[in-house]
Amino acid sequence: MAKKTYSFYPGCSSQTKASSDNYLKSTNSMCKYLDIELKEIPDWNCCGASIGYAEGGELPRITLSARNMALSEQHNPGMDLVATCAACWLSTREAKERIAHSAQTLTEANTALAEAGLTYKGNQAARHMAEVLVEDFGFDELKRGVKKPLQGIKFAGYVGCQTNRPFGLAGESFENPKYLDNLVEAMGGEAVPYDQKVTCCGGALAFSEPEKSQKQIKDIIESAYDHGAEMIVTPCPLCQANVEIYQGEVNKRFGTKFNIPVTYYSQLITVAYGGTAAEAALDGQLIRATRLEEIAKK
Amino acid sequence: MSENYRNNFLKEVEERVEEGHWVKMCMQCGVCAGSCPLGPHWAHPPQEIFMMIRAGKREEVLTSDSMWMCTSCYNCVVRCPRKLPITHIMHGLANLAYRLGLSPKNQTTQKFASMFWNNLAQTGRVNELKLSLGMYFKDGFAQGIKNAMAMQSVGLGMVKAKRLNPMELFGGHGIKDKSGFHAMLKKAREIEDRRKNFA
Repeated sequence: MAKKTYSFYPGCSSQTKASSDNYLKSTNSMCKYLDIELKEIPDWNCCGASIGYAEGGELPRITLSARNMALSEQHNPGMDLVATCAACWLSTREAKERIAHSAQTLTEANTALAEAGLTYKGNQAARHMAEVLVEDFGFDELKRGVKKPLQGIKFAGYVGCQTNRPFGLAGESFENPKYLDNLVEAMGGEAVPYDQKVTCCGGALAFSEPEKSQKQIKDIIESAYDHGAEMIVTPCPLCQANVEIYQGEVNKRFGTKFNIPVTYYSQLITVAYGGTAAEAALDGQLIRATRLEEIAKK
Repeated sequence: MSENYRNNFLKEVEERVEEGHWVKMCMQCGVCAGSCPLGPHWAHPPQEIFMMIRAGKREEVLTSDSMWMCTSCYNCVVRCPRKLPITHIMHGLANLAYRLGLSPKNQTTQKFASMFWNNLAQTGRVNELKLSLGMYFKDGFAQGIKNAMAMQSVGLGMVKAKRLNPMELFGGHGIKDKSGFHAMLKKAREIEDRRKNFA
């Protein structure tokens, strides 16, 4: 397959030594194996995520995403804009749709952007990396690159919310999306069926409402364990962080003994394609994914 | 002349709340309430909020902590039979309540939301360390130390996994064109305030 090039929006959590540093590292490795070139949007800014609304309101929030898209159009013309973070993707795509549906919002966003010397045109698609894998490659093509199948490992594919709703991947159901399971199986792993694959981890409220959110996290992990999973895999940096980081707190609160690794699809693909543990950024796990480390060492 | 029959609060919501014009379309089925992960913690689930708006209960709606329970999971949006953008209406109501100074005192999600925005608005990108510390210390220094100590093992684990950098405290990530960025946000806020009559 010929080289593919995308305009890339990594987002705040993927910056060096930020909470999903391992997502970016493993994405870069995965893209190397898939011959994907990611051209970072120069000087991109935060999307406002799903918690910016209270202080930021509507237009300032839409303008944040409009700035990223305007920079992308200007510096990376002719490419699709691709995000790896669920919230980055959602905010960008949402802003794009709002502007497309309202001439007033377009005028207002561009009036604000003019202050930064920018103009939004709206000529690039806003996509998630999972869409690139599923739509631009497809499972058969992805399977072709596998050198070390993830044989015998049982994964709970945790799709979560914002990669799944309100947009999701074309043709997938909101209640039972299959693409992550299919991706796991393409890499030679086993995807266990379980009932919490689209349950909310609490999102930003893991910070402000820890008790309520940790109940959500407990439900997700409990179901993964009960259905035989040894590892959770997710496409979302906040899902990853919340479900991995708070396991100690959940154990204290609910008397559980959870200790399940939570990984990214990009780490699975990197390992299955023959990448090292360092390339898959497995040292970025708080709960080590030892089964993946063993395969990477082979 | 049908305008005359609509109550003032519904009109206000349509004018000042993000996607507020959808409120009148709610058919009171309650699927949103049943779909919400934090449903049990809402004083008034979304469909009740919509009915209260239509009944003109301005004070009760805007002082409620209900909207602040939204995790932005979008379950309600994809399940609503009439496709109301419920998540955004809740965000919009929360924003209106906050802008009018009516949101409940010490509402933690409201505080976190403001901290998050102010954090990103400063440098163009979120500084996760300052955001976390800000949240720990929101109730004063002593409580902050206690909160930080309680989460110490998590923090150290993150540093060890190279997913948290203590040096972020002294600057950290940010965009280059800060002046353009600040001017842009200021202008966007001006336009929004004028349109929603906050100015």
